[in-house]
Amino acid sequence: MTAFRTLAAIIGLCLVTAIGFVAIAWRSPIAPVPPPNTASFDRELLRRGAQLAAAGDCNACHTAPGGRAFAGGRALPTPFGTIYSTNITPDPDTGIGQWPEEAFRRALAEGVDREGRQLYPAFPYDHFTLLTQEDVSALYAFFMTREMVTATAPENEISFPLNVRMLLAGWKLFFFRQGPYQPDAAQSAEWNRGAYLSEGLAHCGACHTPRNRLGAEKASERYGGGEIEGWNAYALNEASPAPVPWDTESLRLYLKNGWHDAHGVARGPMAAVVDNLATTPDADIKAIATYVASIAGPVSAERQQAAEALVAAARNPAGKSASGTETSGEHIFHATCAGCHESERPLPFGGVNLILSTGPSGPNPHNILNVVLWGLPPADGARSPIMPGFAASLSDQQIAALLSYVRARFSDKPAWPDLEKKVREARNAGRPDTVYPAHGIDPAEAMLNRGEGP
Amino acid sequence: MKLKVNGSEYEIDADPDTPLLYVLRNDLALNGAKFGCGLGQCGACTVMVDGKAIFSCLTPMLVVEGKEITTVEGLGSIDNPGPLQRAFIEEQAAQCGYCIAGMIMRAQALLQKNPDASDAEVRAALEPNLCRCGTHMRILRAVRRAADLMRTAAHGSERRAP
Repeated sequence: MTAFRTLAAIIGLCLVTAIGFVAIAWRSPIAPVPPPNTASFDRELLRRGAQLAAAGDCNACHTAPGGRAFAGGRALPTPFGTIYSTNITPDPDTGIGQWPEEAFRRALAEGVDREGRQLYPAFPYDHFTLLTQEDVSALYAFFMTREMVTATAPENEISFPLNVRMLLAGWKLFFFRQGPYQPDAAQSAEWNRGAYLSEGLAHCGACHTPRNRLGAEKASERYGGGEIEGWNAYALNEASPAPVPWDTESLRLYLKNGWHDAHGVARGPMAAVVDNLATTPDADIKAIATYVASIAGPVSAERQQAAEALVAAARNPAGKSASGTETSGEHIFHATCAGCHESERPLPFGGVNLILSTGPSGPNPHNILNVVLWGLPPADGARSPIMPGFAASLSDQQIAALLSYVRARFSDKPAWPDLEKKVREARNAGRPDTVYPAHGIDPAEAMLNRGEGP
Repeated sequence: MKLKVNGSEYEIDADPDTPLLYVLRNDLALNGAKFGCGLGQCGACTVMVDGKAIFSCLTPMLVVEGKEITTVEGLGSIDNPGPLQRAFIEEQAAQCGYCIAGMIMRAQALLQKNPDASDAEVRAALEPNLCRCGTHMRILRAVRRAADLMRTAAHGSERRAP
């Protein structure tokens, strides 16, 4: 009898918990509306929306390689399976054309779509929740005036139980804090503007902060460096592996131009970010740079001195040693890399001297390996870094020898383990679409900025 | 160091980091491959190594030891040009000619791997090679013609087979 009662109590408790959970997780749909008249939006609002969408890097995920702008369908590999980005053009059937602004706002602020389904945090609503009402309105106006594209993303490849979206409500209980952004009164207005943009729309932490086993950013390791699509997003905090520490001015130039003389070029997924930021107002870029520089904190005099020595050394490359005991890695470096990387030709067409580059000092060889294998193809109609790839001419063993040499000569870090295996894996994974530079957010956006559109 | 070029073995006396292009031109007098930029950005130096098109200006000799190196001279002779060479002559695809050996070698690598390459695939494959005279349309036509020539030759030999 007692056993029966206990069992009944347990079942009862489970039921109550389940009902309670569903009550939290269940979100009501928001009624669809006919797509808004595109002429109804204020031009100034649209212009700001275009700038914000660029700062948010929306196209990077919501546009498939070679696909139409914002039509979705790009595969996003995650440790839990592949998620496909959705169509956020105003197509009424396959896009968000029937979403009222309230639904758009809820998706950004709470991670719930118009139908009331919980969204995966691959869509970084944990950042977008910080946005102000005005900025959300500007973004809504921008997306509602894009070209409609009929396109349905493939089904996500996520297995049970994670394909049960209601469970995301539980994830949110642990890892999600709703915004908006709360300014820090102890900091300057510029710093706060930068923090609002970096933590919110630009969602820097989505890549630059490591994630825990449940896919949430680790609050204890903010900006400690993460991995994204086979690339390192380097640490931005005091653990930054950059040989020359970043400051506000170097970050500003890097984010504005896509390269910096004493650091190198932005490539991989960061290429799209800097392409998009090119249309962001200078004051906002400066604010982001101010905030990001503050994450690492002030640079010690010792580190600053070491950095200055590196910059001076880069101006006078050591050249070829005449010892006659060169390793094959050194031979390959001199024949293959030094022509650009010790040339003193300015960036972006010249190569950065590798004693200044973060690549050789990275926590793993992913970035330098991607670049050596596949190169940096030139962007169409834009000034961009260029580098030939060496997948066809160098074997796994030769690339491993080259990278061991580069690591030993250009960083003060211990050798990377299992290099040859890593080269093989990167080669077998094939050329990632992230080696292609993005080409700005949307041609229509450029027109808007020139006052020609929409 | 021993290099195998166009089917013949050569003993080369040079530093192991000497670019393959210099060895081909200076030591072996195979002057088809050209020095353009020396940075892997123009493609004039393209040759084939084990069937793949590579920039010989950025490839040190030591990494191609023991591999099959093919230059434009290995595809045929003046009296008996190979299909790509013939097609380039028939389409008059060369103007100044500086890029042509590289174009031919990259096209050869493509057609060996994919004899039925589409026009889009030919364009994509030849993207690393630049031509400053602007004969791109003729070059593309020549590659198309060469692909047809190679296919016809292949069919011909099939029919002759017992």
